[in-house]
Amino acid sequence: MSIRKTLLTATALAAAMGTGTGAAWAQDSITIASWGGAYQEAQRKAWFDVVEEELGITVNEDTTSGVADVRVQVASGAPTWDLTQQGNAGCALLDSEGNVEPLDESILSIPGIPDEFKGEGWISNLVYGHVIARNDEVFPDEKPENWVDFWDTEKFPGPRSLRKSPMYNMEVALLADGVPMDELYPIDTERAFNKLREIRDDVAVWWSSGAQSAQVLQDGEVDMAGLWNGRAQALTEEGAPISITFNEQIVLADCWIIPKGAKNKDLAMKAIEVMSRPEVQARIALFINYGPANADAFDTGVIPEDVAKGLPSHPDNVAKGFYLNEAYWVENLDRLTQEFDFFIQE
Amino acid sequence: MTAADHQPDAPMNERALDRQARAEQRNLMALSLPAFILVGSLVLLPMGWLFWMSIYGADGFTAENYTRLLHPSYKKTLITTFELAFLVTGLCILLGYPLAYLASQLKPRMASLVLLCVLFPFWTSLLVRTYAWLVLLQRRGLINNWLMEWGLIDTPLKLVHNFTGTTIGMVHIMLPFFVLPLYASMKTVDYDLMKAASNLGASPVRAFWQIYVPLTLSGLGAGVILVFVLSLGFYVTPALLGGGRVMMWAMQIERSMAVYADWGAASALGVVLLVMTLGILWAFARLTGAIGATEGK
Repeated sequence: MSIRKTLLTATALAAAMGTGTGAAWAQDSITIASWGGAYQEAQRKAWFDVVEEELGITVNEDTTSGVADVRVQVASGAPTWDLTQQGNAGCALLDSEGNVEPLDESILSIPGIPDEFKGEGWISNLVYGHVIARNDEVFPDEKPENWVDFWDTEKFPGPRSLRKSPMYNMEVALLADGVPMDELYPIDTERAFNKLREIRDDVAVWWSSGAQSAQVLQDGEVDMAGLWNGRAQALTEEGAPISITFNEQIVLADCWIIPKGAKNKDLAMKAIEVMSRPEVQARIALFINYGPANADAFDTGVIPEDVAKGLPSHPDNVAKGFYLNEAYWVENLDRLTQEFDFFIQE
Repeated sequence: MTAADHQPDAPMNERALDRQARAEQRNLMALSLPAFILVGSLVLLPMGWLFWMSIYGADGFTAENYTRLLHPSYKKTLITTFELAFLVTGLCILLGYPLAYLASQLKPRMASLVLLCVLFPFWTSLLVRTYAWLVLLQRRGLINNWLMEWGLIDTPLKLVHNFTGTTIGMVHIMLPFFVLPLYASMKTVDYDLMKAASNLGASPVRAFWQIYVPLTLSGLGAGVILVFVLSLGFYVTPALLGGGRVMMWAMQIERSMAVYADWGAASALGVVLLVMTLGILWAFARLTGAIGATEGK
């Protein structure tokens, strides 16, 4: 065969295969973008596999690094993602910008998922907490149990770490200043910054990624930190002398959105419905230290009792903390981040 | 034949030569065209677009992206960025000049060994080196542990997660960029000139400052510019070694994208950094030009 003929055949073949697979994809697959890593692996085992089996479709995976990705996808006019994981504040923000498809009423009326965990175009699926973690070797007896203790540098001396963001820090500063959990919002930002100023010199590291928050705790760079529970519990499981308290935790969640104009909107909607069922929701706790957003999942018996007690969304633990107010942060994150960046550089 | 017969020849020759020169120029232009297109499409066009995005928002022309930069947070970041870039450049000169000098004086085999030591970190991933500094410098890191074991200090020094740690990490990363061009220019120095200076009665110190240093100025200048400009754009190292409180301009750009998802604001930040960098490079060129001119006299 001449080179030309071979090339022609190959091109024809490729074209045929291309259209063939293209059609198959459009019909029975969806693409879900999540945070990647161990987190997404857990979602794959707990949820995506179930969706594939239940709906007879393929779930393709991609990763997202935040709201900017979704904005770009929607702006392109042809989003390649049908379903995307974001933080609740990000979901609420994208919803307010009109970048997401409104969800079916049947999804929004799922009973076990509290109102704090949904909006017109988003619904939470996975719960984590911003908690206090401390080094048990440094504090063998009495440990910092709440944010007043966290601020008490005389009783509990040692470097600390907090997130490099006004979100969470404004809230915990007010708690340290004696504001009750149900009176935090709208935030008195001046009071919060003044309280933060008291502890600023003792904050050795303002962490900017979950991995960093765990690393500084593990290396002993700091003796206590405010961080996401999953990161701290992973250290404990590895044998590090780190313990956490759910006392005064900020209950946070990640959520699903369907980017505006997604090709397989209807399938994505069905996938959300499957993944929101209590018995499917419960499975997530078997693969990672994050809890189901559907409270009914705790009644399914899927989650062993000792595991359930360590989840931020366990009813007992939710009762010890409070929900982050997304609406407040959608309005104020931009302005307060500027203030906060100035504050930590001062 | 009369002289008049030859008259047209000279201009004809000249014209032919001109033609040849022009053809050669065209060829050279054609050869460099791909590079021009590459630079034009990948550097100049996006830069123009960047500028456009910074002044043109959803509601037409706007100065909002620039007025936003008046917030003290940005001023503080700008100061930190230039402070760090100057400090890192200064430290690179202090450490790098003797090092390059040493390498240029050694026998070839030893010199390549020294250069290998300079290059080796250069070939290692920036992230790996940054984490390595973390292991060395942190509160319970190697350095603090040793110092405390030897009884030199009682409480750990704050070596990292601050300005100090960032500076150390950045100098380490930037040093090869400084040493290599400097070494190259040092190798071209004609040592007979130094001998001549000694012959004329100059002390070694004087010969060094008056003959050697000026002859290596081109390499020094190249190194300084490389280090300074690269330092202005640093992101990873200050983010990991700065403890969050050392904010560089590049980090503000990232924050504009990730937190505010605002292309306009991020573009304005890019434009400001570009303009300030060009301004400083221009001033630098004027300064070294002036030095060169006085040397000429």
